Amino acid sequence: MDEFTFFPQGDRAVTIKMGKEINITTHKKVKLLCEHLKSNPFTGMIEVTPSYTTVTVFYEPKDLVLNSINESPYSEVVRILSTIISSINITENTDQTKTILIPVCYGGKYGPDLAEVAKIHQLTEQQVINIHANQDYLVYMIGFAPGFPYLGGMSEKIATPRKSTPRSMIPIGSVGIGGEQTGIYPIESPGGWQLIGRTPIKLFDVERDQPSLLKAGDVVKFIPITKEQYENWEVS
Amino acid sequence: MTIDVIEPGLSTTVQDTGRYGFQEYGVVVSGVMDEHAAIMANALVGNDDHEPLLEVTLIGPTLTFRNEAIISLCGADLSAKINGLTIPLWKPIYIKEGSTLTFGRPIKGCRSYLAIAGGLDVPVVMNSSSTYSRGEIGGYNGRLLRKDDVLHKKEAISEFTQILFKYFKSHITTAEAFRYVPWTVSTSLIEMYSKKSPIRFIKGPQYFDFTEESLERFRKESFQVLTNSDRMGYRLKSFKLELKQNIDLLSEAVTMGTIQVPPDGQPIILMADRQTVGGYPKIGYVASIDLPILSQVIPGEKLSFEEISLEKAQKLLIEREKLVKELKIGLLLAIRRMDGA
Repeated sequence: MDEFTFFPQGDRAVTIKMGKEINITTHKKVKLLCEHLKSNPFTGMIEVTPSYTTVTVFYEPKDLVLNSINESPYSEVVRILSTIISSINITENTDQTKTILIPVCYGGKYGPDLAEVAKIHQLTEQQVINIHANQDYLVYMIGFAPGFPYLGGMSEKIATPRKSTPRSMIPIGSVGIGGEQTGIYPIESPGGWQLIGRTPIKLFDVERDQPSLLKAGDVVKFIPITKEQYENWEVS
Repeated sequence: MTIDVIEPGLSTTVQDTGRYGFQEYGVVVSGVMDEHAAIMANALVGNDDHEPLLEVTLIGPTLTFRNEAIISLCGADLSAKINGLTIPLWKPIYIKEGSTLTFGRPIKGCRSYLAIAGGLDVPVVMNSSSTYSRGEIGGYNGRLLRKDDVLHKKEAISEFTQILFKYFKSHITTAEAFRYVPWTVSTSLIEMYSKKSPIRFIKGPQYFDFTEESLERFRKESFQVLTNSDRMGYRLKSFKLELKQNIDLLSEAVTMGTIQVPPDGQPIILMADRQTVGGYPKIGYVASIDLPILSQVIPGEKLSFEEISLEKAQKLLIEREKLVKELKIGLLLAIRRMDGA
């Protein structure tokens, strides 16, 4: 791998910047490094978290083995990571992408802003649904709230500004559009996104081994379902 | 061992050293705000660093111990009393069954840590017992303690605790409700709480993107911690910190102590319940060595900043951790001596 820089994220973490902008090439490097570090943690490493263009490695300074008193835990971590990164081959097969289908009931009471979104773009509600559903979305990272995916790949045709007054409470499972992004609310929270639908699937469940349904690198596809299917899903 | 919550206090939660390993799924780390005081509290009763304990905030709870227990209280002085008599901080204390622990006026600091020998018995959720109350995850039913809650201690008793019990039972009189050890921890471990020093910070990645004037004032002036500050973040009342020009940043991982500056120019220091990612410019990071004293700042009080190099910050952190390690060894020796006496 080439073109990466390090900077301290405080005194117990380091961030490795692997690209300047959001794109699939950078995302693949980020994913590869994260997976490598998770399978081969070094002494003192706590955990790694990916973002659009960076990998952040949390570490415990006192647990690092230092070769001399002049060396700092940070410089040692940078040395370890540089060695690891130069040993990783970017052509390694990483195309084990998981596609996750997410059923969504669009419009009506579950997607109260669908009509407004359609009107803004001079489209019919069905056209908005077709554009939103017939698309592969890449999960770049999870954050903001437990299980909340930052998805890339939404069509510009349905990019819609956030509501001028945010809702004080958005129900669990709401699928929304906020500017050029789309996402799903895994927990109840306030928010200003345009709500176009809702999924009956639980995006976050502490009882699962992987509590978040999605993780960085997954591909998401939205599958339209009817109101009846949604409501039966709820009881099943 | 059972404890009844008679009054819950302002914000009393079960915490440990944090929920690590799940940040990639957006799971907030949480955990104790003042890790140093919490680790000391656990060490003094023979618990390991990660045992769940109670984080008591400003206005403490009223707790009745149905059974005898060994506790310690570290961090803020919130006028703790047992059956009306003041108890000391930073010592193991034996409490007779039926005794009631109360808190009163906050004297110094904001958060006190109540450790119980053996550790609190709460479910482990994603490797941790910490409470993240916004997400209703972990701790005691995912929330702050309430009136009439009932807490339990884990069954197992360490050799350390057994010796302490034996010592206290042979020394306590029938008239006393509690008893503490005659020795005290080294002042080098707790003196920082008494000093009114600036909070040391390491330069952040966008430090030089701020105007000279903003940086100058940031280093010189003091900032009031606003009352809407909490476990998620400390909001500071400030002159407007200005960037030389607008910069567009992509969200990335953030850490406890990150000093971020939203477009309104009012800095926020991210604390234990911070979100896992953030996209605001970072002017700096509070050095981990000073996170304990920052966690003890009461909303309304003022603080100031002083720059420190990353290397120095890590060196000081390791030195303090060495002192804590020495304390643990010293405790074992003290306990053995008590057993022999």
